[in-house]
Amino acid sequence: MSGLCNHSLELTGLAGDPASPVHRLDPRAKIVGLVAVTVVAVSTPLRAWPVYVACAVALVLVAAAGRVPPVTIWRRARVVLPLVLFVAAFVPFLRPGGAEHHLGPLTVSDAGLAVLAAVAAKAAIGTVSAVLLGATTSFPSVLRGLEGLRVPRLFTLIAAFMYRYLFVIVEEVHRMRIALAARAYRPRHVLQAGAIGRSVTALFLRTYGRGERVHLAMLARGYRGTMPELAPLRLGAADAAFIAALAGTLVALRIAIGALA
Amino acid sequence: MTCAIQARDLTYRYPNGHVALDGVDLHIEHGERVAVLGPNGAGKTTLMLHLNGLLMGEGGLEVAGLPVERGSLDELRARVGLVFQDPDDQLFMPTVREDVAFGPLNMGAAPAEALERVDEALAAVRMARAADRAPHELSMGERRRVAIATVLAMHPRLLVLDEPSANLDPRARRELLDVLETIDQTLLVVTHDLAFAAELCERAVILSGGRIVADASCREVLADETLLARHDLELPAGFDLARIQRRPRRAPEVHNGERCSAFSTSMAPCC
Repeated sequence: MSGLCNHSLELTGLAGDPASPVHRLDPRAKIVGLVAVTVVAVSTPLRAWPVYVACAVALVLVAAAGRVPPVTIWRRARVVLPLVLFVAAFVPFLRPGGAEHHLGPLTVSDAGLAVLAAVAAKAAIGTVSAVLLGATTSFPSVLRGLEGLRVPRLFTLIAAFMYRYLFVIVEEVHRMRIALAARAYRPRHVLQAGAIGRSVTALFLRTYGRGERVHLAMLARGYRGTMPELAPLRLGAADAAFIAALAGTLVALRIAIGALA
Repeated sequence: MTCAIQARDLTYRYPNGHVALDGVDLHIEHGERVAVLGPNGAGKTTLMLHLNGLLMGEGGLEVAGLPVERGSLDELRARVGLVFQDPDDQLFMPTVREDVAFGPLNMGAAPAEALERVDEALAAVRMARAADRAPHELSMGERRRVAIATVLAMHPRLLVLDEPSANLDPRARRELLDVLETIDQTLLVVTHDLAFAAELCERAVILSGGRIVADASCREVLADETLLARHDLELPAGFDLARIQRRPRRAPEVHNGERCSAFSTSMAPCC
């Protein structure tokens, strides 16, 4: 049963060498380090190219240390990147400034192209940071890291349950789709979409019932409103070095470039 | 002098008026393996939910030596392990290890002790290799065994299994029986898999329409075709009860050197 839908969820999970120094870091160190890369890239002015290059180099080093294959990074990043770049793709045609180039009926400005390039760089750096975090840190560890960073427990709990039951719900949706198709359901126009609505209703009710049963199962094992903690996180020297090398260097560079400008 | 379960005239009515338990009298001693048989809608799951206070009906109920009442719930839930029918309801943590540790930690065990219990419970169900895996990566049979480990780790005195053999292929079902026969706690198996009950339990009760309508040795109950048919139960076609070898069990625990007395007068009403 679990084999049905694994293909649709293969984008989650660890990649690279699980025994690598990056994989073994405290999740908080990786979250702080990689979020810092993103924040530095996003906050950098358009033409401060050295900062973008430094961020990219940092990500390449992290990927190499974690032995995450480039093809994995590409496969995961391409899920998000096109959406971001789609929005930026219109900028060169809309934003005036600098020299203009004519492409048939369309006009492209230099200023617009500069914005496009900077947005593409920011998007790529942010996406690859997130991909590297996901590839080197299991989702439960990310949540524990977030908790350690004082993100409210309610949010991390909701995310943890979403992660756990996403697979169950995807399987249910898959079975429903098969059941509809097995009875020759192939909607051709909008009036035939009713069955989908009813499936969604059924799915909602099932999920609601599931929630109640899970709650009962939790109570049966002594749940009293707080999730127990199995092993506390510990920041070590390697974690501090990782944060200092990644966040420290890039933030310092970013501030220096900002001061020059 | 306590019993594993003592229910006296236990009645439960759902908020919509449906009477799910209609005066259940049941007496089970420590160390017994009892099958609760009955058709769908007979009240089997409702009865199970009463056993650690998830539902509270009227009448008397004492489980694992404790009256079922608000003040005793924490201790009661440590003593009574419920294994739900759908392992996906039971296994809600991101990894098997965290899930098995959930109960012991809630009971106040230190993390080191909880981890020891995790190893011990997973070994008991032959799932030690799965500790770091996510529940959704396991097969149905494996999930069922991990679900049993989640309650074994709480060191319960009584284990209640709801339809343990549902949705299992023959091999997973066999492996589950192999695991269950090594468990020496009192077992209450809620099922309509009569062959499964015959192999595991020495005693069977039939719950029908919210009442206990039969209570005898498993062999006697299953041999009475008329009784089974009256309560919408039947053995698989061609099933030969005489050829079933019931799995041996260890001697029942005897508490304080005595058998428990049925319906002790000290039993508190459960709500």
